[in-house]
Amino acid sequence: MSNEHHEHKLPFWQKYLFSTDHKTIGIQYGVTSLSFLLFGFFLMMLMRWQLAYPEQAIPFIGKFFGEDRAPGGVMVPTFYNELGAMHGTIMVFLGVVPMGVGCFGNLIVPLQLGAPDMAFPKLNMASYWVFLVGGLTMLVSFFLPGGAANSGWTAYPPLANFATIGQTVWILGMVFLITSSLLGAVNFLTTIIQLRAEGLTFMRLPFFVWGQLITSLLLLLAFPPLEAAGILQLMDRVAHTSFFLPSGLLVSGQPLEVSGGGSVLLWQHLFWFLGHPEVYVILLPAIGIVTEILANNIRKPLWGYKTMVYSVIFLGFMSFIVWAHHMYLTGMGTAISAFFQATTMIISIPSVIVLTCLAISLWGGSIRFNIPMLFTLAFIPMFAMGGLTGLPLGLAAPDVYLHDTYYVIGHFHYVVAPGVIFALFAGIYYWFPKFTGRKMNDLLGHLHFWPTLVLMNCIFFPMLLQGLAGVSRRLYDGGATYAHAQGVLHMNEFVSISAWILGLAQIPFILNLLWSMVKPKNVDSDNPWQSTTLEWQTPTPPGHGNFKELPVVYRGPYEYSVPGASEDFTPQNIKDIK
Amino acid sequence: MDVIPYTVEERKDTGVFNAKLGIWLFLASEVMLFGALFSTYVILRIGAEHWPHGASLLNVPIGTFNTAVLITSSVTMVFSWTSLKENNFARFKNFLGITILLALLFLVVKSFEYGAKFEHHHFPKESTFLAIYFTLTGLHALHIIGGIVVLTYFWGPGSKMWETQADRFTNRIEIVGLYWHFVDLVWIFLFPILYLL
Repeated sequence: MSNEHHEHKLPFWQKYLFSTDHKTIGIQYGVTSLSFLLFGFFLMMLMRWQLAYPEQAIPFIGKFFGEDRAPGGVMVPTFYNELGAMHGTIMVFLGVVPMGVGCFGNLIVPLQLGAPDMAFPKLNMASYWVFLVGGLTMLVSFFLPGGAANSGWTAYPPLANFATIGQTVWILGMVFLITSSLLGAVNFLTTIIQLRAEGLTFMRLPFFVWGQLITSLLLLLAFPPLEAAGILQLMDRVAHTSFFLPSGLLVSGQPLEVSGGGSVLLWQHLFWFLGHPEVYVILLPAIGIVTEILANNIRKPLWGYKTMVYSVIFLGFMSFIVWAHHMYLTGMGTAISAFFQATTMIISIPSVIVLTCLAISLWGGSIRFNIPMLFTLAFIPMFAMGGLTGLPLGLAAPDVYLHDTYYVIGHFHYVVAPGVIFALFAGIYYWFPKFTGRKMNDLLGHLHFWPTLVLMNCIFFPMLLQGLAGVSRRLYDGGATYAHAQGVLHMNEFVSISAWILGLAQIPFILNLLWSMVKPKNVDSDNPWQSTTLEWQTPTPPGHGNFKELPVVYRGPYEYSVPGASEDFTPQNIKDIK
Repeated sequence: MDVIPYTVEERKDTGVFNAKLGIWLFLASEVMLFGALFSTYVILRIGAEHWPHGASLLNVPIGTFNTAVLITSSVTMVFSWTSLKENNFARFKNFLGITILLALLFLVVKSFEYGAKFEHHHFPKESTFLAIYFTLTGLHALHIIGGIVVLTYFWGPGSKMWETQADRFTNRIEIVGLYWHFVDLVWIFLFPILYLL
């Protein structure tokens, strides 16, 4: 076969390093973004020490941060700000999104489409390497004088205009990341629209592919305004323009030597025009993953597939007109607030529809409780928790009280951590056998899942309570000097200890991942989960070009327990039910 | 199986080949990029107490000349593509060469304009108008430079593909042409809002 022929021909560097094969690129994205997730988690664990024990020296590692950052091992406020800004940036732009889109999208989309590769393989390789350069730029910025960016991941001016050189490098890093996601988005959209196998109509696409399609559309159209904002901030910082500096601005009591006439709100509009669609860029791949796993493990058709598809399309469009619900406190006016709270309430409807379809699908199914399914089942209530706690923030009146408190932190972490990251874990456990021929260990999987589920709640639920008590986010001492925070201050220690144990609870996962790569192959079948979608109808692991011959699709994505069929699953490329 | 379908021929149900869809998607994102910057222009101008008339700071005849240069380059771009469609490779080379030269001419004129501004100490930091002028035209010039690099590649080493895969090469010229028209179109918006209004 041409498969074999090709694999022998390629030298090492072309097969594993500068590969144009979507599977290799997907794994490159996966390894890189998992490393960044771990790194971002470490930054947060350092911050949690400062919050739990303000003004106390960080044990063991405190002395390694130098006199500028932690004299005598005690963290200084700018170091705390640096950690906060970079934790957010790394987790969102270098961790969760590249994992959901770059890794899972690359690995699974062409296989589920029955395509030999992505539409533009060289562009695909370029998008990974540009992403890596962006990530390394962010890492290098830690070593600059004044350290990395420290104006928050949202980089609000005028603060960001006067921040240390790290902020300039942050913008450059973002330009690389935006370019990478732009190349990726063009590639995914073209692949999904053009390379569907014969018979694979849009309404036969697995829901995961729909999630990636809408995600790419959002990346394509929402990221450029942030790039524009980045260019303007770069001009402000380098060419000393005043795009974001209003006239008459005083800094430290002194009037600034700038032309003025800019607008600080302009940055927020441009940033959140990306920022809100970005929420769905994070979310939709995750929902796609859990839908695949859920459909596979209930052994019956998904309830409301079409409804879910129309919901995510609607969700995608709506996500472009909700951005200013992040800005109720900026004084942009009640009329604008009223508009954006109306659209925000409307956008919650399709999300609820999707979750409801998933929950109803469980009813009457003979559910298999394997590790991917456990993470999936935990995703549903945890994500629902994140979504419901968001409703008060979407309404202008309660947001006046809750804005910039720990309640916000609790809310979006419920969406991303026990929500999206659980889905990413589920996806790793689920698709691992396809690419390695090995199933990950169940016992280690349980040791990973149960503590992680409990600890995530130990961390984020107290934050909701602290926020309701009025504790602001981004406080260097966690609220110790505020009278109204005293009643909930003791929670800081509990949250921090939970976070550190959560770090330990990831060790079984890391061991499992590494060990499962080298242990003897333990999966004989190409389709160990008895699934219906096309990615399981390939050799294991799929060779270069994926399919021995291009498949033809005859049916929808989730034909489980079809009456009259001899088995409880009927793959999409089976013509006649036997 | 490792040949990617629809790189040259159109897919029946979508009516396009891959790269044509790809370039339109890319241009959609470019519309959002420049759209955000044009919105910035509108917001800052509405909020400004005083906004200079473009003609009082910028040289309208030179701007008009550059507009004509870019529009002409778009026309020669189309001619170079139709030459390939008519199997006339020599004429293609001529027209694409003219396109590249016109693009270079645009940049030369633009750099003289920039130089004149700097001589009079008109820097981006002087006013919001100059800031947005240099940002928008600078970003547009970067797009021109990117276009020149790609066009020169297709004029030089890239044109070898004509001998082996003529259809695919013609497609490439078509999609780089689409990009070139877009860059031209951006200027057609930039010229009136900066020079005339």
